[in-house]
Amino acid sequence: MTDILASPGTPDGKPVTSHGASGDDVVSGEFETRTVPMPWPRRRLTPFPAAAKIKLADTQLRRNLRKATTTIRDKRQRVVDELPDWEELREAGRAIKSATLRDLDKHLEQLEASVTAAGGIVHWARDGAEANAIVASIARQHNVDSVVKIKSLLTDEIDLNVALAEQGISAWETDLAELIVQLGHDESSHILVPAIHKNRNEIQAIFQASGLEPTSSEPRDLAMAARQHLRKKFLSAKVGVSGANFGIADTGSIVIVESEGNGRMCLTLPEVLISVMGIEKVLPTWQDLEVFLQLLPRSSTGERMNPYTSIWSGVTPGDGPQEFHLVLMDNGRTNALADEIGRQVLQCIRCSACLNVCPVYERTGGHAYGSVYPGPIGAILTPLLQGMKGSESLPYASSLCGRCYEVCPVKIDIPTVLVHLRSKSVESHDHFSINDTAFRTLAWIFGDKRRYETAQKLGKLGGPFGSVFRPWSSVRGPLAVAPQSFRSWWKEGHS
Amino acid sequence: MRVALFLTCFNDTLFPNVGKAVVTVLERLGCEVDFPMEQTCCGQMHLNTGYRPEAEKLARRFNEVFAGYDAIVTPSGSCAGTVREGYPMLLGFDGPPVHEFTEFLIDVLGVTDVGASYPHRVTYHSTCHSLRALKVGDRPYRLLKEVRGLDLVELPSSEECCGFGGTFSVKNPDVSAAMLADKMRHVLDTGAEVVTAVDTSCLMHIGGGLTHSRAGVRTTHIAEILASP
Amino acid sequence: MTAREDVLTRIRSAVSNAAPAETVVRNYRVEYDSGDVIERFADRVADYKAKVRRVGRAELAGAIAEEVGDRRVGIPAGLPPEWVAGLNTVVDAPALSIDELDALDGAVTGAKLGIAETGTIVLDSNEVCGRRALSLVPDWHLCVVDVDSVVNSVPQAVAGLAPEMPITFISGPSATSDIELNRVEGVHGPRTLIMLLVG
Repeated sequence: MTDILASPGTPDGKPVTSHGASGDDVVSGEFETRTVPMPWPRRRLTPFPAAAKIKLADTQLRRNLRKATTTIRDKRQRVVDELPDWEELREAGRAIKSATLRDLDKHLEQLEASVTAAGGIVHWARDGAEANAIVASIARQHNVDSVVKIKSLLTDEIDLNVALAEQGISAWETDLAELIVQLGHDESSHILVPAIHKNRNEIQAIFQASGLEPTSSEPRDLAMAARQHLRKKFLSAKVGVSGANFGIADTGSIVIVESEGNGRMCLTLPEVLISVMGIEKVLPTWQDLEVFLQLLPRSSTGERMNPYTSIWSGVTPGDGPQEFHLVLMDNGRTNALADEIGRQVLQCIRCSACLNVCPVYERTGGHAYGSVYPGPIGAILTPLLQGMKGSESLPYASSLCGRCYEVCPVKIDIPTVLVHLRSKSVESHDHFSINDTAFRTLAWIFGDKRRYETAQKLGKLGGPFGSVFRPWSSVRGPLAVAPQSFRSWWKEGHS
Repeated sequence: MRVALFLTCFNDTLFPNVGKAVVTVLERLGCEVDFPMEQTCCGQMHLNTGYRPEAEKLARRFNEVFAGYDAIVTPSGSCAGTVREGYPMLLGFDGPPVHEFTEFLIDVLGVTDVGASYPHRVTYHSTCHSLRALKVGDRPYRLLKEVRGLDLVELPSSEECCGFGGTFSVKNPDVSAAMLADKMRHVLDTGAEVVTAVDTSCLMHIGGGLTHSRAGVRTTHIAEILASP
Repeated sequence: MTAREDVLTRIRSAVSNAAPAETVVRNYRVEYDSGDVIERFADRVADYKAKVRRVGRAELAGAIAEEVGDRRVGIPAGLPPEWVAGLNTVVDAPALSIDELDALDGAVTGAKLGIAETGTIVLDSNEVCGRRALSLVPDWHLCVVDVDSVVNSVPQAVAGLAPEMPITFISGPSATSDIELNRVEGVHGPRTLIMLLVG
């Protein structure tokens, strides 16, 4: 696995601070991938096909993934089938998100006003570096050397934990899977069940090496060891950090959807709470929750409702943190927003339903995508947020089967966005590509009947077809041009 | 009824028998079939691989070639999907009205029994485009059920992608092969002699795998089954 | 330019050519008939491995006493005293410290409402529900839900809630499936949840 994790281009581990796109170039702004000195390698630049090939051979991963994805897939289908108005809910979810994006600035301004009126403090961050600096600054003001965290993909996206560590602040992950990944110096491989690539014995070993004392490798005993270890941290933490599933503009409420209870712990017990929220997570009204609280649990864990959902607005005297900070972060979301076809990716509510039905993800897992966001949604979100550089192979990591679109609770047309991004990938070529020549030649041949018929007769159509389908015969019998084309037969006066 | 046949570049070049079968069936059912000679390719391959300017040229050419026809039929679910969905969503303009072959038989000609006989054990693979983009539903099944002597056996996980995906099979050959392995396993579990579908692209991929592993199972396009007398 | 101005400017620029926002059409169900709402609610709460008992109003105090036994339980200041007469209770007012909460054997609270469709109990930090930490830190939670507060659908529930106070939706004890997809109940938060459905 280490060759996959190796990050070329960091021989001396020199940090390159990520920066935002220049203000005058909204559409094609690019972010440099950040490389930092850290205990374990982070960003992989391995193209998907190479990464996938290695993952396909990992038999434990294949087995775990198949079990995980088929189980969750079936659970989802059962609870979706219960609702006769599922399609109406999906359509409303799509429409609410789409309309919100159109007027995103207004909704964010309203959210800011509402949160402030409820006693919260709102900050804005152009990119991950700014968001990290804000969180670190608040933690330092409170003289803490550690914070407790709820799982947040956004904070993974911006490497918050690394940024805090550089300031001497430890960020303790409290989701069981995130804890496993953190203690094991590893990477998440699934949005919802990040440690699915680990078996119980590996987890027991990781826990033991970190001073936890599981009584056995039974999942229950491992979970109880984690409970004991984390409970001490919850009960003494001064500062909690979370993401946000939704931010309700008219009431200034933040919503966190979770299963384990660590969310409630981090949101309720510390004195100070910091929530970092992507700007696309805002919803206009309290009523909109009635749609998303139905779409999200059924799509993600395949339950009628997840165990705990916490909703709070600003600060409430006598209940919970008395200092609340909301950090609204861009970090490339406005790039996606500016892309007419790609904009719909911002509708995503991070349910992971698309991962669980994707035949490619099922066989390769999340690490092969080289991004915090794997699977179908990751294949489009990563290039749209950070630019095509470094993500060129992601839009091609799909057979366009369309199952993701079928299950997406907010109806993101992932196949269309994938194809759209493929044209951006081709446009971003700054090097000579054999493929480009083959395809352009083929298009030239197809552009004229006589050229096409000549190529057919010469068996030459196999030529350009052939170079395009070069790896064909390693697993399949050979492709052969027919002795007589259909049109030739037709011309002879078919009978 | 006058029908234009949109055969597709790879059927024309690699699988002309599919075209002959479509013509046989349509003529048997009383249609007058026209084959506009100017046709070459709808641009699917280029569109789906990211060569948009080239795809747009081919799409505009396609529109010119098939202008004026009320009924255009194709034995390719994926090409029908490209013209009906791909053109408007990715190129910003519509194509002419294209019917996939089984759609045309059932929805326009109103027939399920096309007078075919095919005494073989057959299983049907739902191609992704026909299933999800065109939503052909059970139309192919309804046609196959009327074929005399045909022993139709259901394919487990028939709606799972075979792993071809055009460009995908060459850009990600290993994942494509892994998906093909599962599809072949399901096919062989049915004990069928023949796998059929509405897309030769998928059949080319599945059939190539079956041949390579000497499985003793072959593929045939649904049109060839329906054309059998 | 501040970060705020920068982000807002980028947003406006990004959508400047977009079509106007569509009108959202809401065709999903809000109110619908699904038989006995209370029974549905009780069944679906039980589905999550919470213990469910239905009791008449006259029997409530007795049922609470049975379940609580000799546990030392925290209660919100506004909990009706007749519910817990004679039991070993600690009122969470003035607010107990975290360590004091941790030392309790359990908590007894009311609820704001119940949702039948999803088997969800909703607390909203009012005087009967208590502040959030009370129903979170102790390992055992008994929650009294009045049948009059049970609604059928999620939209009805959302319409009946206002987030001036913090709100917690509880659908069973906590759970994780993070280890080999084996579901383990009760990771953090109360490992035992008992619901008394009264009325």
